[in-house]
Amino acid sequence: MTEEKTHHPEPSYLVDTGKYKGLMAWLTSTDHKRIGLMYMYAMMVFFAVGVLLGMIMRIELFFPGQQFYGPQMYNGIFTIHGIIMIFTVVIPGLAAVFGNFSMPIMIGAKDVAFPRLNLFSFYLYVLGAAIALASQFMGNGPPDTGWTFYAPYSIQTHTNVVAAVFGAFVLGFSSILTGLNFIVTMHRMRAPGMTFFKMPLFPWSLYATAWIQVLATPIVGITLLMIIAERWLRIGFFDPSLGGDPVLYQHLFWIYSHPAVYIMILPAMGVITEIIPTFSQKKVFGYRAIAISSLAIALVGYFVWAHHMYTSGMSATARWIFSLLTFLVAVPSAIKVFNWVATMYKGSISVKPPFLFALGFIFLFMIGGMTGLSLGALATNIHVHDTAYVVAHFHYIVFGGVGFAFFAAIYYWYPKMYGRMYNFKMANWSFVFLFSGFNLLYFPQFIIGIMGMPRRYFDYLPQFTFGHQLSFFGGVLLVIGFVIMLITLFSKKGAKAPDNPWGGRTFEWRIPSPPPLENFDIMPEMGENEQPYDYK
Amino acid sequence: MGASNFTEGVDLAFKVIFGISLFFLVGITTVMLYFVYRYNRKRHPHAVQFKDNNILEITWITIPLILVLLMFYYGYIAFSPQRIVPKDAIPITVIGKMWVWTFEYQGGKQSPVLVVPINKAVKLNLHSDDVIHSLYIPAFRIKEDVVPGKNNYMWFIAQQLGEYDVLCTVYCGLRHSYMETKTKVVSEAEYEAWLKALPEKSNEPEGLLILKKNACTGCHSIDGSKIVSASFKGLYGKTEKVVTNGTERSVTVDDEYLKSSVYEPDKDLVAGYQKGIMKTYKGIVSEDEMTKVIDYLKSIK
Repeated sequence: MTEEKTHHPEPSYLVDTGKYKGLMAWLTSTDHKRIGLMYMYAMMVFFAVGVLLGMIMRIELFFPGQQFYGPQMYNGIFTIHGIIMIFTVVIPGLAAVFGNFSMPIMIGAKDVAFPRLNLFSFYLYVLGAAIALASQFMGNGPPDTGWTFYAPYSIQTHTNVVAAVFGAFVLGFSSILTGLNFIVTMHRMRAPGMTFFKMPLFPWSLYATAWIQVLATPIVGITLLMIIAERWLRIGFFDPSLGGDPVLYQHLFWIYSHPAVYIMILPAMGVITEIIPTFSQKKVFGYRAIAISSLAIALVGYFVWAHHMYTSGMSATARWIFSLLTFLVAVPSAIKVFNWVATMYKGSISVKPPFLFALGFIFLFMIGGMTGLSLGALATNIHVHDTAYVVAHFHYIVFGGVGFAFFAAIYYWYPKMYGRMYNFKMANWSFVFLFSGFNLLYFPQFIIGIMGMPRRYFDYLPQFTFGHQLSFFGGVLLVIGFVIMLITLFSKKGAKAPDNPWGGRTFEWRIPSPPPLENFDIMPEMGENEQPYDYK
Repeated sequence: MGASNFTEGVDLAFKVIFGISLFFLVGITTVMLYFVYRYNRKRHPHAVQFKDNNILEITWITIPLILVLLMFYYGYIAFSPQRIVPKDAIPITVIGKMWVWTFEYQGGKQSPVLVVPINKAVKLNLHSDDVIHSLYIPAFRIKEDVVPGKNNYMWFIAQQLGEYDVLCTVYCGLRHSYMETKTKVVSEAEYEAWLKALPEKSNEPEGLLILKKNACTGCHSIDGSKIVSASFKGLYGKTEKVVTNGTERSVTVDDEYLKSSVYEPDKDLVAGYQKGIMKTYKGIVSEDEMTKVIDYLKSIK
């Protein structure tokens, strides 16, 4: 990971200047940029494992009946697929990678407020992920509860639930500490003159996210510990045979896990809000509306959890109240889409790979959001709840949304990260495969879901065969796209990147690519009349 | 007419929501692509900056707000009758057990298939002894979780003769995807005749009834075929290789072995099977019941 010296007198952060060299220099670095990259490498590995597990499921589902392996293995695979993708990829996701790499630079800081705590969060992440993965190889076989660990099944099954649950618990701590770190960083370390309403919108989205991380994650932490206590000490929290209430578990689980969806998607929206103005050379339309809608989403997102539970036997009153609140949270998301499109109006648009992925994000996110409307409405939810329709809906949000924003962010900040450009043509091809593969994989799941195909089914009725087969071919295209993307980014060194390849206006584009260890030689300031997106 | 009294209302809510969504999806995408084309840097080298427009912002907050409230309304009116059961509804108890549905009619008659008369309100009282299941009849657009320790319910009026799928949608373990059956909608006369013909108490041997009641037959067949584990047919007296505390040994399936397999399934596990798949039935199947089961197993050697 060494890099020749840039024109800049200070060596870049990629050059080892401490007492260690090579790998050890990375593993002991408290530099926010290196920690961001380490998260990225770890997540790419986990993502690849998750994709592989997904494909192993799709192969089995190609025909109805048993093809290659039995239901116990299938149940284990969808469980670990969910745990890996949710807890180690999309929840830490953009916040851990680009919140670390870009946010401190964007607000004009040398690092986050607590750099050592930041490195500790990374190691908690690695430890949590390792424990979750170890659950596959220890005890009575891989856990088979689904990533949701619904009681009382999760209390009664003999598989290795405790390790998986404990892994998620440790990952939660990593998330809480990162959130705390970011909140303090944004409160205390903004450049002189940068008021909250002059802060770029990606940091704004991270700010809203960080509050959810800090306030909601402890709830799932304690809930997961309750599962362990119930399994080991036989304390009856959730299992009715021990005197517990299984619906209580669902409430506690979703009080965290619904806001967690916003932990995933808010930073994704933030990235898109950086990319659109840069490639349109336009000031963001409705800066305040976007910033406030991030906070609104974070706040209202706390009060909609029970829309995951319309069929659980809740009272009719509780059902309609949660339905109404759910619809309210749709509005701030819509505002953002309108603002992105309005930003393009009369811009000077250059369709480079990051922008292309941002367009893909907007389209997929709209489908994800709009298909969520029939999940928020009561009558339609009852029909499609726990079917393939839900599977398609949340993949459109967490993969079409978060995933595509992640890809966009990599293509956007890659020149800053490595000081190198990449081949645009190849990057565009990766988009073509990822985008078409994604839609072919997940769109048919909406259709068979409406037809009545339940989720988490090892075997299915013959009328759903066509949908599963289309999905399989979509999956193949998606994997090809992913491979093309990896080749584009990591196969060979591209041309040297200029400091500001895209004509961006935020602080990270005013410093060298790659940045020096402490980011700025002269600490930046924001003038009285300066705005975060001052395009001429 | 829909398959149930709810089908049309639910489908209308779908049409309203999907219709509005599709209009906006196509509209926004078209505008976006048009901007990308029209204001491409080649055609439009200099961006024009303009100020935020509050009237525009308020417009696009208000319009979506009205539309989503409309969607809420359609979802609500199609749903609310689902929780108000007519007084004259025929009560049927649904028993969800890993991984079999059983329908118990008035008088305790049981059936593995849900048979209901056309144009009559039917109330399903949902009951589970083990984990959460969820009863789903896609054609009727209804679903409700079957939660142990809770008395959930659902109701419907079937409006079309025919056979419809019944599925479980809350993941409930190994054979979740096989927990399915049918609902048959028949004429009232046919329904009465069917119910009359349904044996009060099954004339099947008592041991088999105990096996069925505890859903043992969900994994162990009685006809020699393999579902998950060994079939009950020919099991008694057979020699099995089992693993006890990590060492393999041979045992003959006798009364003692059968009892220990039911009460402590992981103690002498048949080689090749994973621990923990079968739970213990201690306290669920009594010694007395066990004797009847063993008698039955002897009869199908």
